[in-house]
Amino acid sequence: MPTLTYLQAISAALRDELRADERVLMMGEDIGVFGGAFKVTDGFIDEFGPDRVMDTPLAESGIIGTAIGAAVVGMRPVCEMQFSDFISCGFDQLVNVAGKMHYRQGLAVPITVRLPSGGGFSGGPFHSQNPEAWFMQSPGIKIVAPSTAEDAKGLLHSAIRDPNPVCFMEHKHLYRRIKGEVPEGIFETPMKARVARAGSDLVVIAYGAMVHTVLEATEDIDGASVEVLDLRSLVPLDTEAILDSVRRCSKVVVVDEANFTCAAGAQVAALIAEKGFEDLDGPVVRVATPDVPIPFSPPLEQAVIPSVERVKEACRDLLEY
Amino acid sequence: MATDMAEPAAAGTDIATEQMTLDDRIWLLRAMLLMRGLEERAMTLYRQGKVPGSFYDGYGQEAVSAGAAFAMAPEDRLCILHRDLAAHIIRGVSPERILAQYMGRANGITAGRDGNVHFGDRHLGCVGMVSMLPDMMLVAAGMAMAFKLRGEPRCALTWFGDGSTSRGDFHEAMNWAGVQKLPVVFVLENNQYAYSTPVAKQYAVDPVERAAAYGFAGVTVDGNDAEAMFEATRAARERAIAGDGPTLIEAITMRMHGHAAHDDMKYVPKEQVEEWRKRDPVERQETRLRELGVDVDAVRADVRAEIDAAAEAALASPMPDPATVTNGVFCEGEPEALGDGVARWSGFAAAEKAVS
Repeated sequence: MPTLTYLQAISAALRDELRADERVLMMGEDIGVFGGAFKVTDGFIDEFGPDRVMDTPLAESGIIGTAIGAAVVGMRPVCEMQFSDFISCGFDQLVNVAGKMHYRQGLAVPITVRLPSGGGFSGGPFHSQNPEAWFMQSPGIKIVAPSTAEDAKGLLHSAIRDPNPVCFMEHKHLYRRIKGEVPEGIFETPMKARVARAGSDLVVIAYGAMVHTVLEATEDIDGASVEVLDLRSLVPLDTEAILDSVRRCSKVVVVDEANFTCAAGAQVAALIAEKGFEDLDGPVVRVATPDVPIPFSPPLEQAVIPSVERVKEACRDLLEY
Repeated sequence: MATDMAEPAAAGTDIATEQMTLDDRIWLLRAMLLMRGLEERAMTLYRQGKVPGSFYDGYGQEAVSAGAAFAMAPEDRLCILHRDLAAHIIRGVSPERILAQYMGRANGITAGRDGNVHFGDRHLGCVGMVSMLPDMMLVAAGMAMAFKLRGEPRCALTWFGDGSTSRGDFHEAMNWAGVQKLPVVFVLENNQYAYSTPVAKQYAVDPVERAAAYGFAGVTVDGNDAEAMFEATRAARERAIAGDGPTLIEAITMRMHGHAAHDDMKYVPKEQVEEWRKRDPVERQETRLRELGVDVDAVRADVRAEIDAAAEAALASPMPDPATVTNGVFCEGEPEALGDGVARWSGFAAAEKAVS
């Protein structure tokens, strides 16, 4: 099995889909000749041509809107937002047109929207956001957020082959930092949670880059047995896996890199309060980025994005509860 | 490329296209009469409390949708605006299902999931609009983009209003279609008001002029003449199929009723309404046909009978089951592609499909 970086795994999935299905096309800003701002589609245009690796005008609403049109007449567009932050400019098309289409008129919209998201590298307020919760509030849109190279590939295959609009949250800070063995060829990873480390004293629930922060933070907390649950999918949310972990561990920390209020973790905490109350031995603890724009300067950014130390401290406090 | 439009001519035998048989001309009238009659019936049902929400109609604008839709082939794809009921009728949606749709019934096109003219029958190649206008311009451009990529001789068409020209999606769609030279027809239905806002507050330059700035043709058409609308759309479709890119058709018309049933449109000068009443698109087509020897009263009687039967059936149809309300948010299984619509124009002799 080859070892790929998270970014290489995403590229491999896209390449495999372009080769396997002529309905698949890539659309985005600077993805063709330039190969993408992060080089995810580097060299694609040489193999697949400018029609299938389309350099679009700088128009996010245009990208999502035309992808919807292409999808309803049989294409499988994969849209790249250069940074997930720019999905705000395509919000209306995604939420009102794509998300509500099947419910209103039985018409499927098989589009994948790749959203390079997250901070940790001085991207500042407009290149560091985690907008996934905006779309959890919008019916009809699936959301996946891989943390490993293998899941990045497998979930991207699942997203592209899904008959619905899927937001694929790819964390920029994992692109070249994370690597792992990835099976060759096309495989579809289910949109379900994964136990990243089994444990019994406490469970930390996270997704995306925070899974790695959490794994590091909980490697050794005074010998406690800490489970790490990687959600992988936010819509659908794997409620069964979450409640299973709560049952086994009885103490829960939920970690989000997104802003605190109404983050994905808030939904997880609410679920546990409602359905897992009897299994709890302490309050559900949340760690997230405070409700501020992501600042630019390194000490400021490091002060807001959940760190290994903050997660460790939260776990330690809860273990002692 | 924009052309000046002559003052709309008074009603008469001013044949606007050589491309129609007499039956075609009668069908155009029929579609407009059905639209007007169905909307009048729906307004009555609204007043009786049988149509929930509000009610939006296209009285006085029937020619815009009838004429344009008449020029579309079965394999073409349409995104239809809320004052364009005649387009649905021409594509093959039955009057019964239209009234059921207005009343939120289970056999309406959206089965009660959406109201009024927010629908598109996917089996007939139509995608329903959303309220954020003109979002569907981009969807239509995307469909056209797929046709072009696959080398298929088809086009997409969408309607939008004068207010829509102020929003960003108008620009994004016009630009995208121009850059990629897409087989798409944009019909700007200029009915002088966006809710209460007159065009003088909407734009400084007539939006048809903008087409040239995006690199394609813009034409102004008398939107109250169904045959002129047909002819302009037919020519635009021909350009699209030939690979000559998009066309912006500005249809000049007038919204003769309020924005919706609750709106008495006091903000519109009475003289303006009276002036436009003389240019009624239905009367215009009727006069034309009478001069050609057609028994227009018989057509009217047919249409009335069809609407009566449709209303009766729609009123007897069931409401949706609340137990199903959370179903269908997501598609499970293989997506079903859009089907083909009905083409009424004799120019598309082939591939007729039964009315749904």
